[in-house]
Amino acid sequence: MARRVSLRPAGFDELGLRRALAGRMLPFLVAAMAFLAALGLAGWVGTAALAHHWQMGAAAALTVQVPRPTEDSRLDRVLALIQASPGISEARALSPKELAALLAPWLGTDTDTPALPLPGVIAVHLADPGMDTDALARRLEAIAPGTLVESHGVWVSRLAALARSLQACAGVALVVLAAIAAAVIAVATRAGLAARREAIEIVHGLGASDGYIAGRFAARTTALAATGALVGAVAATPALIVLAHLAAPFAGSAAGADTFGTLPPGLWMLLPALPLSAAAIGFVTAQATVRRWLRRLP
Amino acid sequence: MVRFESVGLSYAGAGGRAGPEVLHDLSFGVPPGAFRWLLGPSGAGKTSLLRLMYLAARPSRGRLSLLDTDIELASRRALVGLRRRIGVVFQDFRLLAHLSAYDNVALPLRLAGRPEGQIRADVGEMLRWTGLSRRVDARPAELSGGEQQRVAIARAVIGRPALLLADEPTGNLDDVQAERLMLLFGEMNRLGTTVVVATHNDRLVARHPAPALRLDAGRLDAGRLDADLLEP
Repeated sequence: MARRVSLRPAGFDELGLRRALAGRMLPFLVAAMAFLAALGLAGWVGTAALAHHWQMGAAAALTVQVPRPTEDSRLDRVLALIQASPGISEARALSPKELAALLAPWLGTDTDTPALPLPGVIAVHLADPGMDTDALARRLEAIAPGTLVESHGVWVSRLAALARSLQACAGVALVVLAAIAAAVIAVATRAGLAARREAIEIVHGLGASDGYIAGRFAARTTALAATGALVGAVAATPALIVLAHLAAPFAGSAAGADTFGTLPPGLWMLLPALPLSAAAIGFVTAQATVRRWLRRLP
Repeated sequence: MVRFESVGLSYAGAGGRAGPEVLHDLSFGVPPGAFRWLLGPSGAGKTSLLRLMYLAARPSRGRLSLLDTDIELASRRALVGLRRRIGVVFQDFRLLAHLSAYDNVALPLRLAGRPEGQIRADVGEMLRWTGLSRRVDARPAELSGGEQQRVAIARAVIGRPALLLADEPTGNLDDVQAERLMLLFGEMNRLGTTVVVATHNDRLVARHPAPALRLDAGRLDAGRLDADLLEP
């Protein structure tokens, strides 16, 4: 058994697949699709982050702004009244630090002592989303004139719903891309089968099993698809970094962080999945196509 | 070894429906280690009969058993195993155009998963014997018709098949080479290989008398059937 060297010399191409399964067209098509898939992945990850972020905002449901909060301890009195009102599950004043974080996208992060007089802000969670907030607003106005009650829950939940729909669209786009990739590989494989029909029949007649022939095709398409997807994913990375840079403020993270840090970690983990998925699609599609085709041989 | 019982063959015609029958009611047997000529005029069905025997076609009716395996009942995997034990010399050679003479001859051994060291020795020996040791790296297009035929013969016998089928194997060979080929077939036959050779070459048949299967218009010519062919 020690003499049992490799069964087949490397590069032995008995079916002539190097010419039949073109080495340029298929990787190019897969690269283009991987580029689109990378954008789709970015959309999926990005909208997921936005939806999550906005969803947390929607839970607050009600924001109460109290101008000149320290005067006559107006903030404390408003807070006490809200907490005493029916239909409120929780009410709490935001600390100056939280306030600064909230305003960071507009005023920057280095405004410990803002030039503008900031109102006190109370985040209120409602137990009953349908409660009459106008009545509450009138009572608060009575004890602290100028107090504003803003019910943004509806809008934020609409934004979150929008983000979730966009996320679903990105998901559907990814599925459609995978289907197109499978179709392209199936067409290329069929063209290869037609071009090498005689060689396949000869090799089949000499005792090659269906699994062997399908394996030869699958090895070729797997390598071509993986190469194409790798090129596409690498080409898409700069575009993704720019997009992530632009989107960073909306997701509430600080803009202008170092370049690589701006891609969400989820995306860094999903990008290598593109060549792997393309390889899997290439393998499975070629195996299925060739095995089905071989059924016509006795 | 080979057994035909009322075998008929029709190829698929237009629209996937069965076409007219090209072989009718063939019943005969070839015992293990026998040598048979397959004779008959062009269009008699010799190539179709060989196709059944090398499993490129399956009977449309009747029973066929090869190497003691009933083809009807055999799995695809079993057929793969059978094909590896059947060597075929095709009339049109059917060499792989992009492979060298060496790789063409080595193909059956590689498909069978033999170690490369053994393949090198066997293929080298076989190419020497067929007088092709200087054309090892030539592709079929660079070889003469006779050389291609010798490559095809080398590929057919390299795996020491249990059943060897040849369709007009001397068509492109001169008399000396044809005699050498008959010597090889005779040698393999003595070592136990069952051999069936289809030919038009009457002089060759006259020089090497052996029982013959005579086909005419897709039927075995019963009037001229040698007696020992009847027992399956």
